[in-house]
Amino acid sequence: MTRVEVRDLVKDYATRSGLRRTTLRAVDRVSFDLEPGRTVALVGESGSGKSTIAKMLARLERPTSGTIEVQPDDGRPVEARAYRRHVQMVFQDPFASLNPFHSIEHHIARPLRIHGRTSGRAQTHERVLQLLERVRLTPAEEVAQRRPHELSGGQRQRVAIARALAPGAKILVADEPVSMLDVSIRLGVLNLLARLQREDQLAVLYITHDLATARHFSDEILVLYRGRVVERGPADDVILNPQHEYTQLLAEAAPDPERVHEGGKLRFTARPKIDNSRCFNHTTGSWEEAGTPSAATSKG
Amino acid sequence: MTSIPGGGDTFSAAPSDTPDLGTAAIRSAPDRQRSKPKSAWRSLLPTMTPWLAVGLGLVAAVLLLGTIAPLFVGDPLAIRDQGLTPPSSEFLLGTTQTGQDVWAQLAHATRSSLQIGVIVGLLATALSCFFGIYGAYRGGFADELFSLLSNVFLVIPGLPLVIVIAGFVPRESRGLWSIALVLALTSWAASARVLRAQTLSVRGRDYVAAARVAGERSWRVIVVEILPNLLPVIASQFVFAIVAAVLAEAGLSFIGLGASNSLTLGTMLFYAQNGFALSLGAWWWFMPPGLVIALLGMGLSLINFSIDEIINPKLKNARLHRKRAQRAEALERQLMRRHRGKTGARASEKEAVR
Amino acid sequence: MTAALQGREPALTVQDLRVVYETERPVEAVRDVSLTLHRGEILGLAGESGCGKTTLAYAINRLHRPPARIAAGGIVFHDREGADVDVLALDEEELRAFRWAKLSMVFQGAMNALNPVTTVRAQLRDTLLAHRPGISRAEVRQRSEEVLTRVGVDPARIGAYPHELSGGMRQRVMIAMAMLLEPQIMIMDEPTTALDVVVQREILRETVRLRDELEFAVVFITHDLALLLEISDRIAVMLEGEIVELEDAQTLYRDPQHPYTKKLLTSFPSLSGERGAFIRSSEEDFLEGDGR
Repeated sequence: MTRVEVRDLVKDYATRSGLRRTTLRAVDRVSFDLEPGRTVALVGESGSGKSTIAKMLARLERPTSGTIEVQPDDGRPVEARAYRRHVQMVFQDPFASLNPFHSIEHHIARPLRIHGRTSGRAQTHERVLQLLERVRLTPAEEVAQRRPHELSGGQRQRVAIARALAPGAKILVADEPVSMLDVSIRLGVLNLLARLQREDQLAVLYITHDLATARHFSDEILVLYRGRVVERGPADDVILNPQHEYTQLLAEAAPDPERVHEGGKLRFTARPKIDNSRCFNHTTGSWEEAGTPSAATSKG
Repeated sequence: MTSIPGGGDTFSAAPSDTPDLGTAAIRSAPDRQRSKPKSAWRSLLPTMTPWLAVGLGLVAAVLLLGTIAPLFVGDPLAIRDQGLTPPSSEFLLGTTQTGQDVWAQLAHATRSSLQIGVIVGLLATALSCFFGIYGAYRGGFADELFSLLSNVFLVIPGLPLVIVIAGFVPRESRGLWSIALVLALTSWAASARVLRAQTLSVRGRDYVAAARVAGERSWRVIVVEILPNLLPVIASQFVFAIVAAVLAEAGLSFIGLGASNSLTLGTMLFYAQNGFALSLGAWWWFMPPGLVIALLGMGLSLINFSIDEIINPKLKNARLHRKRAQRAEALERQLMRRHRGKTGARASEKEAVR
Repeated sequence: MTAALQGREPALTVQDLRVVYETERPVEAVRDVSLTLHRGEILGLAGESGCGKTTLAYAINRLHRPPARIAAGGIVFHDREGADVDVLALDEEELRAFRWAKLSMVFQGAMNALNPVTTVRAQLRDTLLAHRPGISRAEVRQRSEEVLTRVGVDPARIGAYPHELSGGMRQRVMIAMAMLLEPQIMIMDEPTTALDVVVQREILRETVRLRDELEFAVVFITHDLALLLEISDRIAVMLEGEIVELEDAQTLYRDPQHPYTKKLLTSFPSLSGERGAFIRSSEEDFLEGDGR
């Protein structure tokens, strides 16, 4: 069982406006744990830093400070080169995350070969077909030969998931995996992720701007505003009993057909002043300073 | 120059930002059953069109002239008494002022020009690939340095630089290779910029990031993921470099700074100019080399248009669907006319709309 | 909301419209679609990618391009000022005058539909000048500022370039541009898709408010059915080129008839109510045959 401990993650970007150089703090002291079999959701709008966190976890960007520690079963720390065997990512845009030049087989075979999961063409091919069947892309033999533009968005996203599983990773970062898919296919893909998580005891970080799927798909929710966590706790608690003004604003603004026509007019509340220096932790039931490495991430 | 699309992929038919209604409909058409999926390399090749056929034909003809013909013609440099004779059965293209066989000269000159063209093409493309692609992939200081270098070379005016350099090289050592080198050094920069822009665009794509996350090593990411999407651009830059080289060589030689110790199309024109061929009406001396240059340039450009279609698949779609688009438009106009006839009260419509 | 619709006259009638893409194998993108849009109504058009909703929107004001063609049917605009206009009978000049003055459109990806090298002021001015050539400079300025204030953009920002504005602001500018000539019908194609939920709700509020003030009809096209349920009077559900259900919003939500509508309704888990079709710890996956 592999887990991940993220502590005090910070990412600064140097920006230039005219001759002045300023620093933009995209992620400010974010901490959380990823446990096998549990999903943590990072909810936030664009500019909240959630994609940056995903990139740092996937080692596409380097954190300015803070630690990301992968702890496998045997307790030995994971060395740099083996990192990618443990942590993998599913990208947001199914139309962009597959190279149009290569076949589906290539996309899944490469991680298998790189991480030494299979040796020889026959074995690799077998494993590719197995993975395709796991994500319910059948007939696998035919799909493997196709190229990305011959598949639909939902199918491509399944390929992306298969690719992420290929190295045998136990930690999956799903960066808005369904936001670019048709509404009726979203649940299918999310259910697939849920099943795979159950079967393999994966630790999943689910990044989204959609509170509703975050509620139903994850065990714990972290709400991000401008780089800081402003509310955290078990999913239902955060959604049904939001304490921070930003979470309340998100819950209010999300389309909810159940609460239509209260008074016959469109629901609307003006945006309040949002203070992201404090964070409400539902597990402890108290306010804390944003950026406190929460010892109370619900364990077990 | 070739057209580089903003964000589209070379091989994808998927709609990007703007809702391309045409391709969307085509994708949803029930023709996804394929007996055998097309190999990726196959789709790198252009589809045959009349343009491409003409282009290939022209280039093939010039190639034949340059490679096979010299084996069958006489000595191009043999001086005879019969100066400036028009084409006859003995001399297919007549003779020069000093009685040399123009046809033989043409064959050998074409070979030399082609040699220069290809050498410069290869050299310039290699240079631009290195400075353009590698710099853009590495980013940071390397990118800035290479970018600065290509900008400097770009800004320096090409032909004057070539003239200056060629002027400095002593006459004796002005051979094929030195000219080729000079031309390559002054023409790689523009290509490098194009390749850099394209690499930057491809590098930012999700699938490159996904390859890195999967654990691919840098060199493999460049060669396996990025390069295939760059190949059509590189090919087109290569073709363009050849055209530019042949023309530049002709220009250089014409003003006397070319490879004077060898016979090229440019030097032929130079000698024709010196021999007052134009004023003496000896069209058989200056027209053939000029024509060969022109035809070669045209053939290569036509090939480049076809490569353009690979780089920007929308061009190919536009061509394929032109007939269908016209038919659709015609059918629709019929419908509109029927409506206009039906609602006879056009006057009231006009008022309502205004 | 049905009560409010009663007694409203129709503003646009689409009758058995058929749009065909003349590709290798012709595709019917819009199949025998009929609908009536009433004055001041917000009609939601819901459907997923490939269902034909954008094609329908384009066809209504004849913005579609070959190989798409209108193969059959009729589109009639009922002008408030009197006569009925057969949209399919208009010639080029009439069509130009018709578009934007009577019926305007906010396009998908509208945030990128603004010209990046000209200011907002210039773009508003160009639109006004194109349709009202005699208009004076003072009138242009007055109308531009008026329309920007209407959508909630500070008129002082009229000199800004599109990249200087946030996504939500650009969207409002697009809506302002669509309103410049006070059209009677506004078609909005996925206007809030790339925006945050908070900004999205602000845009929705503007749209509803403008509709209340100016009484134009809106066709609101999106795949987000939950959104439509909040602002639409009636909703049309499109699937593979056909309208499979057309009902007023509340009835559609409480008592959907068509299986596809039911499927769409169960596709979004609700924030407050019971869990929808989504059951995380169940054994089933919701899949179509080929794992779409």
